[in-house]
Amino acid sequence: MDTTKLVIVAVGGQGNLLASSVLGEAALMSDIPLHMSEIHGMAQRGGVVESALVFGDAHSTIISDGEADILVGFEPAETLRAINKCNADTVVITNLAPLMPFTVNIGQGVYPDLAQLQDLIRSKTRKLIAFNAASLAKEAGNSLAVNMVLLGALVQTGVLPLSKETVQEAMRRKTKAAFLDSNLKAFEMGFKAAESNSD
Amino acid sequence: MHKILMESPGEKMLMLGNEAIARGAIEAGVAFTSTYPGTPSSEISLNFFQASQESDLYFEYSSNEKVALEVSAAAANAGLRSMAVMKHVGLNVAADALMTLAYVGVKGGLVILTADDPFMFSSQNEQDNRYYAKLSGLPLVEPSSVPEAKELVGYALDISEQLQEPVIFRTTTRINHSTGVVTFGKLKPRKTKGEFAKDPLNLVTVPAVSRKLHVKLLENYDKAKALSETSPFNIIEGDGAMGIICNGVSYNYVRDAVNDLKISDRVRVLRIGFSHPLPEKMIKAFLKSCDKVLVVEEGEPYMEEAAKAFAQEEKLDLPINGKTVGKLTRLYEYSPAQVREAIAGYFDVAYQAPALPDLSDVPAVPQRPPTLCAGCSHRATYYEVAKAAEGMATIYPTDIGCYTLGLLPPLSMADFLLCMGSSVGTACGFSKATDQKVIAFIGDSTFFHSGIPGLVNAVFNNCNFTLVILDNGTTAMTGHQPNPGVDMERLNLPGYGRVSIEKVVKAIGVPHVTVIKPYKVKKSIEQIQEAISYKGVSVIISEEVCALYAKALKLPRRKPFRVSEKCQNHRDCIEGLACPAFYVWNERVKIDADMCTGCALCAQICPENAILPVKADA
Repeated sequence: MDTTKLVIVAVGGQGNLLASSVLGEAALMSDIPLHMSEIHGMAQRGGVVESALVFGDAHSTIISDGEADILVGFEPAETLRAINKCNADTVVITNLAPLMPFTVNIGQGVYPDLAQLQDLIRSKTRKLIAFNAASLAKEAGNSLAVNMVLLGALVQTGVLPLSKETVQEAMRRKTKAAFLDSNLKAFEMGFKAAESNSD
Repeated sequence: MHKILMESPGEKMLMLGNEAIARGAIEAGVAFTSTYPGTPSSEISLNFFQASQESDLYFEYSSNEKVALEVSAAAANAGLRSMAVMKHVGLNVAADALMTLAYVGVKGGLVILTADDPFMFSSQNEQDNRYYAKLSGLPLVEPSSVPEAKELVGYALDISEQLQEPVIFRTTTRINHSTGVVTFGKLKPRKTKGEFAKDPLNLVTVPAVSRKLHVKLLENYDKAKALSETSPFNIIEGDGAMGIICNGVSYNYVRDAVNDLKISDRVRVLRIGFSHPLPEKMIKAFLKSCDKVLVVEEGEPYMEEAAKAFAQEEKLDLPINGKTVGKLTRLYEYSPAQVREAIAGYFDVAYQAPALPDLSDVPAVPQRPPTLCAGCSHRATYYEVAKAAEGMATIYPTDIGCYTLGLLPPLSMADFLLCMGSSVGTACGFSKATDQKVIAFIGDSTFFHSGIPGLVNAVFNNCNFTLVILDNGTTAMTGHQPNPGVDMERLNLPGYGRVSIEKVVKAIGVPHVTVIKPYKVKKSIEQIQEAISYKGVSVIISEEVCALYAKALKLPRRKPFRVSEKCQNHRDCIEGLACPAFYVWNERVKIDADMCTGCALCAQICPENAILPVKADA
């Protein structure tokens, strides 16, 4: 089968690895070959966490520059930083709620303008789906569910060879029971947000 | 039940490479395990640690890698299947034991796992540990994928028992931290009690014995080479005159490239999984069957040099290249595109590289380097030492742990670093070679690992410096593993001893020892001033539990702080401390109450006393 290459970027603590593990479980349930890798050495120290997921008949566990079919950024500046993974045919999903790097807080950098950031990504890729996933997570009753909101949006694009139902079932298996309802709600809200977010 | 202990052959599960390796060890009947934690190997031992709490598997966090290897070497010499786990630079620490253990050998299988880190995601160098196999004469195996990693552990143990010598198992970060589907095999029963048979004329390495043992090692080398020739982990695939020799994760990139370039009918691939000794006959036959050979291996040209030597012996003049092709270098990790491009270029295959986006108009995205956590006690200690040493010409040798992050501004409290424990040894040298004030920093776990000999040296040679031991009660950087100073009762783990850093330091004979509580800023600065004005060796032990660890242990939380109306916008707090709980909103400094741990460091340095605890009703 053809391969689909997904890159997820996030800031430590945003739940990127859990989102990846849900997708991994969904792929296992669907009998779809999956190779993935993650760099999370200092995630808990506020660094960037990057996951690469390669679905289909491939063996590599990492994704080269310009070769992602879909990029999901849990934080807008991180999405922009990862734009080198994209090409003109890449679909990009980004959360629009910034998490200020401390370098900005202490005056060592300027946070990119969000409107300009979206224009830039749009101009270089096939499609950008951008919305505030943090506020949707809060609305779903779990401010930590940004990852599940974005998972919903990711599944809605249909770029991955995974069905909505399978991913929801994988969430049941992989996420904590106490958060399952809010996670599923967050997922659904992300799915809807992506449906209505066409550019 | 822990997943690495589950008796459910045939079950398929997604596993991290490190989990799969731990599972492979249990399937192969490993009974005895030891480690010093180090990324990217740490989750292997975490799995052993957890499994040991619910089974008769023996596991220990040893005080350093040399000790870990010695502990497992003894167990293997008492007949137990054993495994010592470490990161690549850990094998440098264990190298002294390794080199002679190669002579002495083992009775039960012993696998020494070294986790190399191409690109240095979390390491101080990217040395290629295949050379340790060459240096020691021991067999080395390396997997290309997560499922293969699981199978290879049992294979390595079998070879080890067959040859009666340890086997080195080399991974790279992209094996350790990749996830793949593994199929569980059966669990071999563990033999957990060994017996040591005295045999001093083969086990006590005085020169006369070692001269004999070296002969045995070389004989073993020949036996290992014969095994390598027929090893199921050295594989030839495809048929064609274009030859590619590869290993480890590079094999995956080669397979994908051959597929993407649609040259599978013209390419013959030799994947080496048994890397030392290399299968000489197999490689020679491979070279003879090709017109041109490309060697794809991250790190050093280990196989490339061997292949060239083999070709010379066979008087073959086909081109053999690796490190000079395209963008293949000795630097960093490879990527699939880099390998694809090199193969296309080397073999003249038509290939249009995918167009990369034009990024010339993308503004610089502010860096997001890892930083000391909100409420990290190291930040407090660094601030206080800098204050106490204001105006002095200082040198700050540092060491390996979270506190190395003190390198970054505004703290800027790190000047020199080599390896684990080097803060103390280099402090000795700097203090003798200069008139600058030397203040060195080391963490609790690193102090036990290799800081103690440096401190003994300092006392003996009458050095003049201050060593600050940052005791946060855990091995924080690698994921909160215990160390000999940790209170294991707090983790509900009885049966451990505990070593007091203060007592060790005093017993070494350090003449000036101070214990500070870094969240008490004024008092700490005074104590530090006194310690650093002492002429001779002084030690400051800064005691405060790691903020992340405190959260994990669910220790009582302090109230978070807020910036009140009294703030005059001096910004000493945010600019001097750069705690990640700070942010600026409408030109004013704010504190994120969810992140703030209530350490009160900023409150104590605010010139207006404007930083106050959040009221319960606020």
